[in-house]
Amino acid sequence: MKTTAFTHLHKQLGGKMVEFAGFEMPVQYSGINDEHINVRKNVGIFDVAHMGEIWVKGKKAFDFVQKVTSNDIAKLSPGKIQYSCFPNGKGGIIDDLLVYQYEEQKYLLVVNASNIEKDWNWLLSQNTEKAELENASDKIAQIAVQGPETTKVLQNLTDINLSEIKYYTFVTGKFAGVDNVIISATGYTGAGGFEIYAYNSDAEKIWTKIMKAGKKYGIKPAGLAARDTLRLEMGFCLYGNDIDDTTSPIEAGLGWITKFTEGNNFIDRDYLQKQKKEGVKKRLRAFEMIEGGIPRKGYDLYDSEENLIGKVTSGTMSPMLKKGIGMGYINKEQTKIGNEIFVKIRKKMKIAKIVKLPFYK
Amino acid sequence: MNIHKNLKYTNDHEWVSVENGNAIIGITDFAQKELGDIVFVEVETEEETLEKGEAFGTIEAVKTVSDLFMPISGEVLEFNSELEDNPDIINKDPYNKGWIIKVAIENKNEIDELLSYEEYSKLIN
Repeated sequence: MKTTAFTHLHKQLGGKMVEFAGFEMPVQYSGINDEHINVRKNVGIFDVAHMGEIWVKGKKAFDFVQKVTSNDIAKLSPGKIQYSCFPNGKGGIIDDLLVYQYEEQKYLLVVNASNIEKDWNWLLSQNTEKAELENASDKIAQIAVQGPETTKVLQNLTDINLSEIKYYTFVTGKFAGVDNVIISATGYTGAGGFEIYAYNSDAEKIWTKIMKAGKKYGIKPAGLAARDTLRLEMGFCLYGNDIDDTTSPIEAGLGWITKFTEGNNFIDRDYLQKQKKEGVKKRLRAFEMIEGGIPRKGYDLYDSEENLIGKVTSGTMSPMLKKGIGMGYINKEQTKIGNEIFVKIRKKMKIAKIVKLPFYK
Repeated sequence: MNIHKNLKYTNDHEWVSVENGNAIIGITDFAQKELGDIVFVEVETEEETLEKGEAFGTIEAVKTVSDLFMPISGEVLEFNSELEDNPDIINKDPYNKGWIIKVAIENKNEIDELLSYEEYSKLIN
């Protein structure tokens, strides 16, 4: 199993360790609900060093990234970030990712840990432009600091004015005594905050300083389980659950990152444009339980006449709403907001209704 | 690890206490710690007579769903309805307020066959 720069720290902090995407990672420390609520109300710190980082550089970098991602990177400029996905050439999704324009002719692609090798091989196979590619996943560590108190905590560690970093932009500079740290106003929780990128050799020092600076703001480490419940309350897709090689970004509600702008000739553009125009048969939708019960991945969804209409892709008990919430692909006719559907939980039909995202505001 | 000497135990990490001829059943401190935050307990077998080993309900933590099994045979007399709204009582107080069901003992031998404190201690250590 691979470790991150922080694995030994998690053990000191009492983290319950599990294998995730080949890494030894903390699934929880003090308890999922406690960690979750602390991120929503105060501030939490996550080890996300397992995520992958791929550099694309050189004169052909723009053309290559524009081709392999569904969003339009012509809209980027140095310091800006974009959520995007890699279409797989068959209408599905290889991975979802963040595209950072680091500088002119230099992009950083941040990908899911579980897909690093798959993405890397895919990018190599598509690189007819001969853009310069570098897989830096094993060199770069990422820390996510999330929650309303994040800016106050991190401002103690840098002269960069953090409140000026707008959502989905980043600044590179000195942070916690380390040069060239990427401070990115992004996250997977909906609670606000930053994601910090540095080399592995500096990572522990940064983590320790954040923990120290965060003490009076109630900072606590949060594990993968809280990361999942937090993202699900916002309705953010998780690759492998809500999107994968068989789901299209249009079906997944990711039309907003699938840009059919002029000159954006990305892989699967024609296919996806046609799909968008003609409409899809099923759509990823959010629902919350009206009756008790917790929807789980793989549970079947039905209409009031007990016709199978879809399947749950993600589900949990929302720590903030204290009710079962879920997402799933549902036949288009049943996806109207407010529509009542049924989740089959242990052989029983439990009422749920289609809702708008996010679940929690 | 918190274990009570006067209780009986199962390999599924349940405890059984005999009170006035009935069995009170819950899950052990070890089990609640392994599960983590308990968010839902469902028991829909009240007034049903079940065999030892049959599932009488379900317990859900944030990440997992587990069946609850009858440690002995008998009628399910009562479900601790406090758990419907506050399932986390099991995390806080697994041996007292966090009891799950009360069962009419059908066969006393089944109680004797359960694990003793010493045997259960060995199991979890």
